[in-house]
Amino acid sequence: MARDTVIISSTAIRANALGAGLAGEGQSGAVVTFSGHVRSEDGALKALYLECYEAMARRALQQMIASARQRWQLHDVLIAHRTGKVAVGELIVHVAVSAGHRREAFNACEYLMDYLKTAAPFWKKTVTDCGGHWVEARERDQQAWRRWQEDEH
Amino acid sequence: MIEVLFFASLREALGVERTEVSCAPGLTAEGLLAALSERSPQWAQALAADRHLMVAINEQLVSASAEVRDGDTVAFFPPVTGG
Repeated sequence: MARDTVIISSTAIRANALGAGLAGEGQSGAVVTFSGHVRSEDGALKALYLECYEAMARRALQQMIASARQRWQLHDVLIAHRTGKVAVGELIVHVAVSAGHRREAFNACEYLMDYLKTAAPFWKKTVTDCGGHWVEARERDQQAWRRWQEDEH
Repeated sequence: MIEVLFFASLREALGVERTEVSCAPGLTAEGLLAALSERSPQWAQALAADRHLMVAINEQLVSASAEVRDGDTVAFFPPVTGG
């Protein structure tokens, strides 16, 4: 059975614990995972603070998984995202996709990350020695998402 | 009534995370934003068009021209930066 899992957590996400069972009982030949971590920005950054519109985020992530399933034949899909204070090196987001073959799994994992970056209601604020600021959205994330929409035509 | 929510830098700029507005027929998300901007110069600045705010009605992303109905929850927020 295909499973969708969405986790929004204010405490540390352990990717190893989440990956268990993704290969199923032999039906998934490929498991692709992506983990996004907090960069130190050459020591300038202490941590990130992640704000979230949780009710909407949960729905949005579920809709993103449903959208990926319309494009590719997938088995299990998991998205886990942190909220609150996330220290340098810690995991912010983890996406795992299992499928029969690697191509679907690679594509769906990248698609989900590109979609999430432009439409899931999370916001990052930097935590530094001299206060912090809200991270600005980047045009290249919009471009990455538009590429998938062009693919549809 | 319409419940209006604000997040992240917008929430900080306005100094509130939610407010309530009475609904007028034919109101759009854009129209609601314009009405909120009239509350004070501080609000007008925070809600200005160059902030490229995103809007969700009842937890679904919508365009600025989307219609707002009585009882809806409308959220305004800056471009998202998760992941």
